[in-house]
Amino acid sequence: MHPLRKKRLIIISLMVAGIATATGLALYSFSQNLMFYYSPSEVVAGKAPTTHAFRVGGLVLAGSVKRDPDSVRVSFDVTDLKQNVTIHYDNILPDLFREGQGIIALGKLNARGEFIADDVLAKHDEKYMPPEVQASLDAAKEK
Amino acid sequence: MIPELGNIALILALCMAVIQSVLPITGTFTNNQALIRLARPAASLQLTFMVISFACLLYAFITHDFSVRYVAENSNTRLPFIYLVSGVWGAHEGSLLLWALVLSIWTMMVNLFSRGIPEDMVARVLAVMGLISIGFILFILLTSNPFARQFPVPIDGFDLNPLLQDPGLAIHPPMLYMGYVGFSVAFAFAIAAMLQGKLDAAWARWARPWTMASWIFLTLGIALGSWWAYYELGWGGWWFWDPVENASFMPWLVGTGLLHSLAVTDKRNTFKAWTVLLSVLAFSLSLLGTFLVRSGVLTSVHAFASDPARGVFILIFLVIVVGGSLSLFAWRASIFKNNVRFNLLSRETFMLLNAVLFVVMAGFILLGTLYPLLLDALNMGKVSVGPPYFNTIFIPLGIPIVLILGIGITARWKQDNGSRLIKALRMPMILSVVLGTVTAVVLVRGVFTAELASFKFIGAELALILAWWIVINSGKLITDRLKNRDNKMSGLQLIPRAVYGMTVAHIGVAVFVVGIILTSLFSIEKDVRLSNNSSVELAGYEFVFEGVRNVLGPNYQAAEGRVLVRKDDKDLVLLHPQKRYYPVKQNTMTEAAIDASLWRDLFVALGEPLGGSPDKSKLEPLDKSNTGAWSVRVYYKPFIRWIWLGALIMSIGGFISATDKRYRVRKLAKQLNMQDNEVATGA
Repeated sequence: MHPLRKKRLIIISLMVAGIATATGLALYSFSQNLMFYYSPSEVVAGKAPTTHAFRVGGLVLAGSVKRDPDSVRVSFDVTDLKQNVTIHYDNILPDLFREGQGIIALGKLNARGEFIADDVLAKHDEKYMPPEVQASLDAAKEK
Repeated sequence: MIPELGNIALILALCMAVIQSVLPITGTFTNNQALIRLARPAASLQLTFMVISFACLLYAFITHDFSVRYVAENSNTRLPFIYLVSGVWGAHEGSLLLWALVLSIWTMMVNLFSRGIPEDMVARVLAVMGLISIGFILFILLTSNPFARQFPVPIDGFDLNPLLQDPGLAIHPPMLYMGYVGFSVAFAFAIAAMLQGKLDAAWARWARPWTMASWIFLTLGIALGSWWAYYELGWGGWWFWDPVENASFMPWLVGTGLLHSLAVTDKRNTFKAWTVLLSVLAFSLSLLGTFLVRSGVLTSVHAFASDPARGVFILIFLVIVVGGSLSLFAWRASIFKNNVRFNLLSRETFMLLNAVLFVVMAGFILLGTLYPLLLDALNMGKVSVGPPYFNTIFIPLGIPIVLILGIGITARWKQDNGSRLIKALRMPMILSVVLGTVTAVVLVRGVFTAELASFKFIGAELALILAWWIVINSGKLITDRLKNRDNKMSGLQLIPRAVYGMTVAHIGVAVFVVGIILTSLFSIEKDVRLSNNSSVELAGYEFVFEGVRNVLGPNYQAAEGRVLVRKDDKDLVLLHPQKRYYPVKQNTMTEAAIDASLWRDLFVALGEPLGGSPDKSKLEPLDKSNTGAWSVRVYYKPFIRWIWLGALIMSIGGFISATDKRYRVRKLAKQLNMQDNEVATGA
């Protein structure tokens, strides 16, 4: 084979192999880290995964916030006005967290079916409603 | 009246942009010198009108003209002056006006600093930039006009988002835009070359300083954003792989690849197709980034259902830019024909690998950023891609990049010898492993008191070996150049400035790598409940909580904590973290207190008052019945300043490079003129 073509072939094969490996790894990591969103009704109905993390969101139910007197542990309920899910969190809540406000929690269901949150998100201004939460509230209203 | 004046100035700027683009481009095709010469004055006029327009908006902010809807939505009579200024670019419409202004500034700079470049080339470059200006100004006039009035006029404005009331975030958009928009210059040069039908090393030499300048601004802009997120968003993180952050990081990655590809085209007259494609890609990602951040796509794709105009315009604009440049590329494919050979083992190959790795990294980040949007747009569910995905791709790609850095600067151009290369790399390899391990042991045992057999030690060791690898290879490059000289001092002076710039920038990379790895591995965070005079211990420091009192700011009220930090029974520093409440927007903000130093940051943020109601809309006065207990977040963050220091050093290196004598086109032009005259007179 023509030496120049051979050299080019080597370069191209190396690059293709490298990119294929990288792509494979990346897509694998991608699929492992896709986080789906579920509404409280879906979680209660058992549609949420039990083995890996997911997001659940809704309005914070008024009067449901309970704080542990000795630590920063807190638990509260989120609702889509049909069903509620109790969320347990062991960190400082975000500034915009408020009863009646829309929030999204990231975490997992433990063996007892309680949702242990790694992260609680309440972004933007006080009028902001996460689109997912709005969508599930609308869906619940229609049913 | 003034806002209307601003609107008119904007329309006039649009007219100037049309003159700046359509006529000169026609002139270059018909070889009409009069039309070609229109580009420069049109650019000057466009800048003048853009400045007037921007000044009018600024005036409206400063005079509290709440009849202008944008002003009312983003300012308030109690807003401090500096934020009246930065509020101009605080939201969508004004931010786009800033973009258009920055574009006209870059256009003017190309106008001023291009005397040594052939006139028709300059005309093409200015024309392409003019076309981009047309796109942006049209977008502003048709869908996002900051001068829109409202009636009835409110008595007071809404207020600028408190997150933006901060000096760091005030300067962040202008910096970022200088970078984003600057890539339009590289893009314009690439398009101009393709239109001209000629792409050579001289072209690369013209384009390099412009690309470098924008890259410097983008680096600083991203670093500023990260630093701001760290101290302002309150939770000690400095990068969240947020779509907004990714939108700025992708053009940076491609831009870095472009810088290196341009260097090869300049020196070796090869990689032409790569350079052009990277220019197109960098600018396209800049556009995509601007629009991702500014169009509302990220809050909800379905926001377009209510305001489709913006999204549709953006999409069409992107299709024209990307589709047009790629079509042009295909049409002119013959000018990229490459007769320059290089060996498999040569610096060219390593530079190529470098470019490929950067593009691949950008591609994976693009996938993670756009996939959720795509799914949402197709109504196929709402997903988010978590940080672990991005972290997982960053490391396996980052390590080869750093390794290739060391090999690439050591390898010879065109043709290198395998055994020579290995011999040249042997000392750096051994030395970096030794030094890396030694420094890792010292840090991990001595400072962080972690176990040597742990994953953390291996991570730290790897990071330090990679950093020393860069430093030693860079140093060796300099010492090798001095090897055969008797007079080392004059040898140092003879080394081109660009080599020093490259070395400094690469050292910046090393500092950056050390910063991100060490801080990720060895940061310690605690969320605790503290009441008066209780304390918490962290990394050898003692944090004593001395209570909270109420203070008043210009447009906020705050609960200010007093935290005394002690070490080894000695008082170190008194920190005052605040919890601010802004009554106009009813927002609560956390102002963290940071004791910063080169080697570690101590970070304290107030959480919430415990024992009070969870309703944060009111700060309750601390009366005796309140237990005074607060949840407090305390962080120990080692080497975190190295992250932004590394970015700063990279920028300084870039600046040193860009000021190399070889780019002084005027001097070159004069020399060429003199040579021509000599030839002509036969002297």
